[in-house]
Amino acid sequence: MQSSDRLHPPMSRRRLLGAAGAGSLALLSAPLLRPAWAQSEVDLHAPGGPSMRTVTTAYPQKGPMIVQRSSPPWLETPFEVFDKGVFTPNDQHYVSWHWATFPSEIDVGTYRLAVRGHVNQTLSLSLNDLLHGMPRVELAAVSQCAGNSRIYMQPRVPGAQWANGSMSNALWGGVRLKDVLDRAGVKAGAVQVRFGGLDEPVIPEAPKFLKSIDLDHARDGEVMIAFAMNGEQLPLLNGFPLKLIVPGWCGVFWVKMLNDIEVLDQPDTNYWTSTAYRIPDTPNATVTPGQKDVKLVPATRMPPRSFVTNIHAGDTLHAGAPTPVRGIAFGGDCGVARVDLSIDGGKSWQPAQLGKDEGKYGFRQWQGQFTLPARGNYGVMVRCTNSNGVAQPSTPIWNPAGYMINTIETTHVVAA
Amino acid sequence: MPRILLAAAAICGVVLPLLAGHAAPLTELKSLKLDVPTSDATVPPGPGADAVNNNCLACHSADHLMSQPSLSKDQWDEVVHKMITAYKAPISPKDATAIVDYLARTKGTK
Repeated sequence: MQSSDRLHPPMSRRRLLGAAGAGSLALLSAPLLRPAWAQSEVDLHAPGGPSMRTVTTAYPQKGPMIVQRSSPPWLETPFEVFDKGVFTPNDQHYVSWHWATFPSEIDVGTYRLAVRGHVNQTLSLSLNDLLHGMPRVELAAVSQCAGNSRIYMQPRVPGAQWANGSMSNALWGGVRLKDVLDRAGVKAGAVQVRFGGLDEPVIPEAPKFLKSIDLDHARDGEVMIAFAMNGEQLPLLNGFPLKLIVPGWCGVFWVKMLNDIEVLDQPDTNYWTSTAYRIPDTPNATVTPGQKDVKLVPATRMPPRSFVTNIHAGDTLHAGAPTPVRGIAFGGDCGVARVDLSIDGGKSWQPAQLGKDEGKYGFRQWQGQFTLPARGNYGVMVRCTNSNGVAQPSTPIWNPAGYMINTIETTHVVAA
Repeated sequence: MPRILLAAAAICGVVLPLLAGHAAPLTELKSLKLDVPTSDATVPPGPGADAVNNNCLACHSADHLMSQPSLSKDQWDEVVHKMITAYKAPISPKDATAIVDYLARTKGTK
């Protein structure tokens, strides 16, 4: 999948700038404007293209990542990472920023988290207050962009052209949001809690990135403020030093470089909460292209998904012989109840064995085997049913913004 | 051979729990000062390229545009006007027309 120049060492910042200047003529003519620090390419098999993306190690604290956008960074986790285990390594956890203006330097001594608004006492918490002054919790949870897999939606829609890698799982360590809110003392009449980070719009008039959740959700004891990710501090691009973790909900709620918590006594009217990230209020968030007068609701809870990770589209397998198959699944807003496999287009299904449960909001590994009966073309289908009884649909999902895709995945193979 | 397997098992026994997130609890954070790459690439030349480079690239890099799928001119018009109304991009009407035409020409449906 990765091309021959993957062995080139990462370029330094100085080298990047120099190369960009000298190479500007070449850049103009390159398809997809391949940056000077490009190291290899990956084919995402986008229907209608463009399919090729750069894979780079040029971003700080990051290993090989698929560049969906250089700035503000959209860096996708290469899919092969998901075959290696349920916890995505920090250096390959996907990255997504809305605005380009965020600091590249953080002083842990002066960093403060404000808790303000409809509270009895405004707080200005240091990182030490959070690390040493409050009960600590740990929780495995998948962060997934609402637009994960958008590149495969047909007809195609604009936006981040994510393949299947704008999702990652980590063991988050930190404090309960509830405990922080209790310390400030939420006043009667509060309805929502709004979160902001250090990122700022490039144009001052543009809406600052803020997201809100209802007060009851904020106090459910699961929503947390993380300072640890798989036992280490967060990479800068994943929101160092503090990130809001909203288990089971789309990544857009997981505010990075969290420095402001505002308790509201009125529903949030900010653009990102009241207008952006909308899906049709229909089964599987699906409408017909061009359909009018559709009621829209916020994209919030994630639906279940599952993927085969050890077999790839176009692979040739042995007819008549057992083939081991494995992959990952997640339940979305609850745990994984079962994972089933089909090799006959969904007519019959056989259960896969589930691996260790590392937490209901995390990835769950599964494995099984199948025997392709004779030579020919097959689709290997995998379907997750979550613990709320919701199963992945077999029908395509379409909405104008390209959100909430969770159709059953089919891996097309050849038996020979 | 058995000795090698034992050694490997011993190493795994130590290393795997750490990978699984059972390392000692984090007791302090360390300040960071890093360089985050940016891109100064511009879009391929042609009518309207200046309008694209002068407006769109203020907020996002050119690879964002070039990785988009082919869309109709109406869809591109909708995207550009979303940038103006929702994200307050200060694009003049003349430039907005040039940008839509550029995208419809380079990223359009037939």
